Amino acid sequence: MPAPETALGCPKSGATLPVILTERQQQIFRKGETQHELACEKKSLAGSVSQRACVFCGARVVLYPIADALHLVHGPIGCAAYTWDIRGAQSSGSQLYRNSFSTDLRETEVIYGGEKKLYAALTELIAAHQPKAAFVYSTCIVGLIGDDVEAVCRRVSQESGIPVLPVQSEGFKGTKKDGYRAACEALFTLVGTLPAANEGHFRVNLLGEFNIGGETWVLKKYFRRIGITIVSTLTGDGRVNDVRRSHGAQLNLVQCSGSMTRLAQLYQEKHGIPFKRVSWFGLEDTAKALYETAEFFENKELLVRTQELVRSEISVVDPQLRILKQDLQGKRAAIYVGGAFKAFSLIRALRLLGMQTVVVGTQTGNREDYESLKELCDPGTIIVDDSNPVELAQFIREKKVDLFIGGVKERPIAYKLGVGFCDHNHERKIALAGFEGMLNFAKEVHATCMSPVWRFSPARQGALT
Amino acid sequence: MIANVPPAHPGPLTSFKDSNEPVRSAAQNTCKLCTPLGACLAFRGIRGAVPLVHGSQGCSTYMRRYLISHFREPIDIASSNFSEHSAIFGGGENLQQGLRNVIRQYHPELIGVATTCLTETIGDDVKRILSEFIKNSQPGDPPIVPVSTPSYTGTYVDGFHAAVREMVVALARPGASGTHINLFPGIVSPADLRYLREWAAAFGIELVLLPDYSDTLDGESWSEFHHIPAGGTTTADIARTGSAQVSIAFGHIAARQPSAAGYLAENHGVPALFPGMPIGIETSDALSQILKKYSGNMIPELILRERGRLVDAYADGHKYVFGQRIAIIAEDDLAVSLAGWLVEIGSKPVLVAAGGHESHLKTTLAETGIDLQKTQVLADADFVRVETSATELKPDLILGSSKAANLARKLAIPLVRVGFPIHDRFGAQRIAHLGYRGTQQLFDRLINALLEKKQNESVGGYSYL
Repeated sequence: MPAPETALGCPKSGATLPVILTERQQQIFRKGETQHELACEKKSLAGSVSQRACVFCGARVVLYPIADALHLVHGPIGCAAYTWDIRGAQSSGSQLYRNSFSTDLRETEVIYGGEKKLYAALTELIAAHQPKAAFVYSTCIVGLIGDDVEAVCRRVSQESGIPVLPVQSEGFKGTKKDGYRAACEALFTLVGTLPAANEGHFRVNLLGEFNIGGETWVLKKYFRRIGITIVSTLTGDGRVNDVRRSHGAQLNLVQCSGSMTRLAQLYQEKHGIPFKRVSWFGLEDTAKALYETAEFFENKELLVRTQELVRSEISVVDPQLRILKQDLQGKRAAIYVGGAFKAFSLIRALRLLGMQTVVVGTQTGNREDYESLKELCDPGTIIVDDSNPVELAQFIREKKVDLFIGGVKERPIAYKLGVGFCDHNHERKIALAGFEGMLNFAKEVHATCMSPVWRFSPARQGALT
Repeated sequence: MIANVPPAHPGPLTSFKDSNEPVRSAAQNTCKLCTPLGACLAFRGIRGAVPLVHGSQGCSTYMRRYLISHFREPIDIASSNFSEHSAIFGGGENLQQGLRNVIRQYHPELIGVATTCLTETIGDDVKRILSEFIKNSQPGDPPIVPVSTPSYTGTYVDGFHAAVREMVVALARPGASGTHINLFPGIVSPADLRYLREWAAAFGIELVLLPDYSDTLDGESWSEFHHIPAGGTTTADIARTGSAQVSIAFGHIAARQPSAAGYLAENHGVPALFPGMPIGIETSDALSQILKKYSGNMIPELILRERGRLVDAYADGHKYVFGQRIAIIAEDDLAVSLAGWLVEIGSKPVLVAAGGHESHLKTTLAETGIDLQKTQVLADADFVRVETSATELKPDLILGSSKAANLARKLAIPLVRVGFPIHDRFGAQRIAHLGYRGTQQLFDRLINALLEKKQNESVGGYSYL
């Protein structure tokens, strides 16, 4: 029997009681208090105001940073408009990816089909922009009106001589994770279509690294110093031809495992390339990822160079982090992110700053992810799957947090309640990866936690009476 | 310029190409967003209202993210969360469940249901689903207002007006004519809405402002959690629109479509006026005259002084703006009013571009006194076409949203940000456009942008301009 809907917090008279919907209660877990298993990988409850997006969103966010490709959204205008130049993913060259291209389907095409318009749009855009490949994203409606997107892509590919790849990302056909999968499969059709890269003695691909705020460049600098060649980054500052040659790598380093594990598996199955799960966020995780990479190649000099790099980088940032830690010690944080991998790294990074994570949730975590989170967290921590604004607001009030880490949709929840906020999503423009990224992160956390403005917040007894 | 016109082209929202424009197959960086976003924005201006998007989870999440980036406020939009199952068997069950959960979690005073391309294409009969829901309704259930907003017809502007109309259709009650006045402002900023209330109050007029998101989307810091931000037009006030003295609806183009004011004129005998957005002295005077007439009061001293200061500022600044060639990229009604204002101050609107599908832009501009020999007009515009025109026309400045930032950068000319979305600057919700006060701010910002350019480009730099 489900428990009755619980009232949380203690609103003053006049305010309605906040509730956790009965159907959602199994997706909330309090370490050391809750008896049930944490339910996850469920379809979002209608009307619950989930923070999740859709299949299209998953595919679009993964492929977005491939800079010299044409990204054409096939459908009515919304999906293309909402993803126009919204990410912090940077490119060292082509800026083509930052455009919003759409077939902008109208009523007539919805009735008579959009294939002709798709063909014309692709032909026109490829001629105008000379991309190295084209991705064609199917949106909800395309699955309904029955356009043969694959046939159109095949024809345009033959005529234009570039790969034209359909991405099956109809929004309603699953969750964001299915979009990741569709993106991975589209990407993988490129791999191996040019001769394998063989420059350099030690060669890796970076998977699940999106060059937000220039993070890929931070990592490239490290790898150059220790003598490892990055063949292709999927997809940060990505280039089509690098992806096509990327089967020349000897190892794939997979960050953002939720989105990219599928791709890593495909590399392993078809090209025998092993992969390692890594995170480039936080000092511990970055150092660990670099060491594991060096160890993989079983080369002593490489290992020594890596040790030198880690030592020198940490010696630069550590004194500054210690200063910031003095102010942050004992502060409490809430985390709500898309995938669990990011949450693990964030919890460790916050600990390094002396901070405790008291609420942590993800949109798309699986059972294994949540088991790891339970182990990592302190007793009393709230762990939540597929949460919503009402719940998150309650949790941050109940746990009296000083900092909320999330994306744009979570930001106003924090600020309205007088809580600091740090963006760790794809919109941000600051590099948080690597050793210097940890310092950027710490500075941002420090700025938001130590700002003197919160003393005016009514939620912090700052009201004028 | 004030016309007592009923809707000239009643009928459903349908897209029409401007017959003079070549048919294009691809939309590249369009000047529009999708229809349901506008409906959600309108619903957010009703007290205690929660919008629910009947479609994929991604639709509501993208719209929330987009609106939050502009308003920086919590914007909860529920979703009926379509799956493949619902796409095949219909979304009735999901919609009913979604409504019930919104009621349980938010205790709303109104739920606005906006449809999407997905649900319209599968042919979900939302009215029938809602009548079933209402049959099983429970005491205290709020009114539910559906609006048909498939993204393949119209734009977010059409969705906005359609939602306002549907609320009036659903809730307006007949009654003996009162002294109050309906004002349908269209898409304006919270600062504009606040000013409109002050303007009417100065005349002693009781205003029903619909919608009014001046508080819900530009609210205070909270002392405790609110499910739905305070403020907004009450449902009781919407009911009173049927017994108002007169309806004023801003926007010449909106006036040509089925509108709330048009509905009230036809069904409740409330006369409708469509004066266009009051930007500039002439159009603001026109509104003052309307308020004078319907209040029976003299124009208040407060308003006269505000107007006097604007006339004085015009004198002080006239040479800076005279003959300046300016490009406008905004939603249709805002674009028309801005063009009229530029003529009023001696500037030249050399290019007017808007994202609306309808072919009324040119005729409306001509009617408001714009010389089409000297002004290039782009309807159903995208930024590639705008760029082609702007490169040729070489304007001195752009009036437009954040979406024009890249264009302004390319042309190395200033951008004065107006309208929606503004997500690359701070304070979008406080930008004033309307009335003497809004015009004053626009005038100051326009001149300062021109002065800043002059200063930056001068050899030695002037510190005295």
